[in-house]
Amino acid sequence: MNEMPNIEQATAMTESKISADKVQVYYGDNHAIKDVDIEIQPRSVTAFIGPSGCGKSTFLRTINRMNDTIEFCRVEGSIRIDGEDIYDPKVDPVQLRAKVGMVFQKPNPFPKSIYDNIAYGPRIHGLARNKSELDDIVSSSLQKAGLWDEVKDRLDEPGTGMSGGQQQRLCIARAIAVSPEVILMDEPCSALDPIATAKVEELIDELRENYTIVIVTHSMQQAARVSQRTAFFHLGVLVEEGPTDNIFTNPKDKRTQDYITGRFG
Amino acid sequence: MTDSTLTPEANDTSAKAPAPSRSLYALDDLTKKRNAAEKRFQAYGIAAILIGLLFLVVLAYSIISKGIPAFTRTVVQVEFTITQEQFDAAEKELFKTKAYERFFIGALQGQFEESGLNVPFDAKAIERIVGKTGGTIREYFRANPDKLGEPVAFELAASSRVDGYMNGRVTRETMTDSRFLQASDLDIVDALVETEVIKTVFNWNFITGADSGVDNPGGAGIGASVIGSFFMMLVVLFLSLPIGVAASIYLEEFAPQNRFTDLIEVNISNLAAVPSIVFGILGLAVFIQFMHLPQSAPLVGGLVLTLMTLPTIIISTRASLKAVPPSIRDAALGVGASKMQATFHHVLPLAMPGILTGTIIGLAQALGETAPLLLIGMVGFVARGYPDGFIAGFTEPNSAMPAQIYTWAARADFAFYEKAWGGIIVLLVFLLSMNILAIILRRRFERRW
Amino acid sequence: MSEHTVSAYDDELTAMAGKVAEMGGLAEKAFADAVSALVSQDLALAKSTIVQDERLDNLHQDIEEKLIEMIVRRQPMGQDLREITAATRIANDLERVGDLAKNVAKRVIAIDSDLQNKKLAIGVEHMTELALSQLKKVLDAYSSKDAEAARRVQEADAEVDAIYTSLFRELLTYMMEDPRSITQCVHLLFCAKNIERIGDHATNIAENVYYMVTGERLPEDREKMDETTGTA
Repeated sequence: MNEMPNIEQATAMTESKISADKVQVYYGDNHAIKDVDIEIQPRSVTAFIGPSGCGKSTFLRTINRMNDTIEFCRVEGSIRIDGEDIYDPKVDPVQLRAKVGMVFQKPNPFPKSIYDNIAYGPRIHGLARNKSELDDIVSSSLQKAGLWDEVKDRLDEPGTGMSGGQQQRLCIARAIAVSPEVILMDEPCSALDPIATAKVEELIDELRENYTIVIVTHSMQQAARVSQRTAFFHLGVLVEEGPTDNIFTNPKDKRTQDYITGRFG
Repeated sequence: MTDSTLTPEANDTSAKAPAPSRSLYALDDLTKKRNAAEKRFQAYGIAAILIGLLFLVVLAYSIISKGIPAFTRTVVQVEFTITQEQFDAAEKELFKTKAYERFFIGALQGQFEESGLNVPFDAKAIERIVGKTGGTIREYFRANPDKLGEPVAFELAASSRVDGYMNGRVTRETMTDSRFLQASDLDIVDALVETEVIKTVFNWNFITGADSGVDNPGGAGIGASVIGSFFMMLVVLFLSLPIGVAASIYLEEFAPQNRFTDLIEVNISNLAAVPSIVFGILGLAVFIQFMHLPQSAPLVGGLVLTLMTLPTIIISTRASLKAVPPSIRDAALGVGASKMQATFHHVLPLAMPGILTGTIIGLAQALGETAPLLLIGMVGFVARGYPDGFIAGFTEPNSAMPAQIYTWAARADFAFYEKAWGGIIVLLVFLLSMNILAIILRRRFERRW
Repeated sequence: MSEHTVSAYDDELTAMAGKVAEMGGLAEKAFADAVSALVSQDLALAKSTIVQDERLDNLHQDIEEKLIEMIVRRQPMGQDLREITAATRIANDLERVGDLAKNVAKRVIAIDSDLQNKKLAIGVEHMTELALSQLKKVLDAYSSKDAEAARRVQEADAEVDAIYTSLFRELLTYMMEDPRSITQCVHLLFCAKNIERIGDHATNIAENVYYMVTGERLPEDREKMDETTGTA
């Protein structure tokens, strides 16, 4: 609580990492995201909350162009990362996704060994010149994800054999392995038990030092726990965005108020 | 504290629905009905399975009981010695083979005397039982003059009627005297069986040999058409698998969703249901008449069957690609893999078991297909023997197992009917080994996620 | 505001506000009774006031437990969170008001004789009236969630303080004039101090009500004018 003002000041002074300007997303004729303007601060956690179908996940997926895989999806407006428009025709989405990693709702490790799960990204991006460099990337990614001590003796076991929480942290380690700058998380804890959730949240808090993290969550408590800033989406509109403490104690908009206090019909 | 907050609700619900307490031990009528319905359904299911099993048993029994005789043949085994002088004397005669036949009959006579049996027989009867033997014996000694003066054991195939008698197909009651076999000959056969001159041995020729003429069912073998089928399957596998998989991957993962791809999809589904004879006539028109590929060749047969198998492979491959959880694609794309990398590194390996299953089903269908082969001339053909080398395996005229079976079944001599059943057994064994191979491959590819 | 999706939550919040209001009523009554016992030297009333305080304490405990339970079960956010935290604090203040009233009642027993100088009591009575009305107003503001009323209560506290200051001076004068009255005057002085503290609690409540309604702190735009703190 006490450090909040400091963070606010610090973030206010630095330039935002991601800035969205009048973003519109259409699924065919359905206008899914309307006029979203948001500035996301570097090295901080920004949480997107809102009822199901409010567009928070959709918007998250526009940040690394995962929506490209959906055929009828169309994005208008601009999203800039470090000032570069990611929807510029010159931008290759594959390169973008190396810079903006993603962790999904359901832990989805590849049905391969733990080692190969982490090594896959660096391999396809040519981040390691030889085996020992690759080993280093794998071990440091697992260390950053707080998983190293648990798995260092069984790196060749399948990643799908781990517990749900470990799988999710493996997915985070996999995302880290390609050294992204931004990590997007789409409800990363919705399939996990409270202890595994706590571990992931602790990890998110540690990663904040080096990465810009955007997390979509259904749990307001989680948003309150992990994020510095919170954005509330409703019916495709960004209703309110601000420091997390303000959003949860004294939201300005009635829709936010109704949502966080459990008054939505 | 908690009680005070909870009780109002609890009171509310109990006030709304004052449920009379019912014993859990007493079954109400609805439950009884439901349980009875479930039991009935299970009984139907078991009955259905039993009926299916019964049919299977009947089928297997009839196939095996009718087909097994095709794997045996009846031979007349006699050992005798011809000296150089006897050979020279025989060579000087006008009917040389007759002279050799006399040696054979003499040796047979000797065997009878040795066993103390007294059955009268003449040369005609022997001819009816083993056919004209002189020629075979003469050929042997002309080819191997060094064997003269040594005892040589001859194993000569008995006539198909004798074969039938040994298999129980021909009996004294059913047979009518003819120039092929007379009732009295059967006594001779019985005697020969007793002296172990006539024996039933395993018919390797059936498995390894080629088809014979219409008058020689005993010499007919399925070997050449097994080779023909094998080469056809090679063509089908190496064409339909890559083409089918590539087409499915494109359609499933890359193709834009529009009218054109919809049209293609509908057409593929329809093609799977097109009768195979249509593919046959297409193959005849395109591959043989237009492209002038060799007629009756496994290459052409393979091409036609490829056309037929493709829809099956495409449909099953697409289904197994669809079954790969989208989260795996997301995961790959999320770490910055391109669409192609995601497909080939992650999706395809996971879909592999399904693709293999589909391929094997397609191949099995193709293996058993007869109709299109009729049209491209892979039927009604007496094979000269084995193809000459690997390439020739594709291009030389040959037959295929089902076509061969069809040919045999159509022939007049009842002995061929037996061969047809035997051919079915070989076909099923071929199919079974293909399936086992597929299961082994699938196990190897299968991965949990 | 619309209702919660979980209707039991609404019921709990309403019940909680009701209990706080009930506590407010009890505290008010205890305060009024204590002062009237003081003025009329009614020992029986004083004793019953002391006994009554137990009820207030019990109620306070009850409310506190309920609030903790609600925090555990509902994980309140936004408006609800503010209402619950405000209720906790207000209940605390009201419990203190009760304690202060009890203290006044105890002093009535300690003085144990007619007030010789009725003039002194008039000052106390006047101050009580004002503090009591402050308490009433702030409890009304709480019930009606009226931030503006709460703000007015806070502003009016200065008046209570002013009366206290003048009463303090007055009592000092009496003590200097007639040393025999010192015991009585000291008691009265403590009573006055208690009443002034009740006024402060009313102000606290006002601030909490304001925060509860608006989500913002009430600006403390006035200097604390208690001149007696330095000398007393």
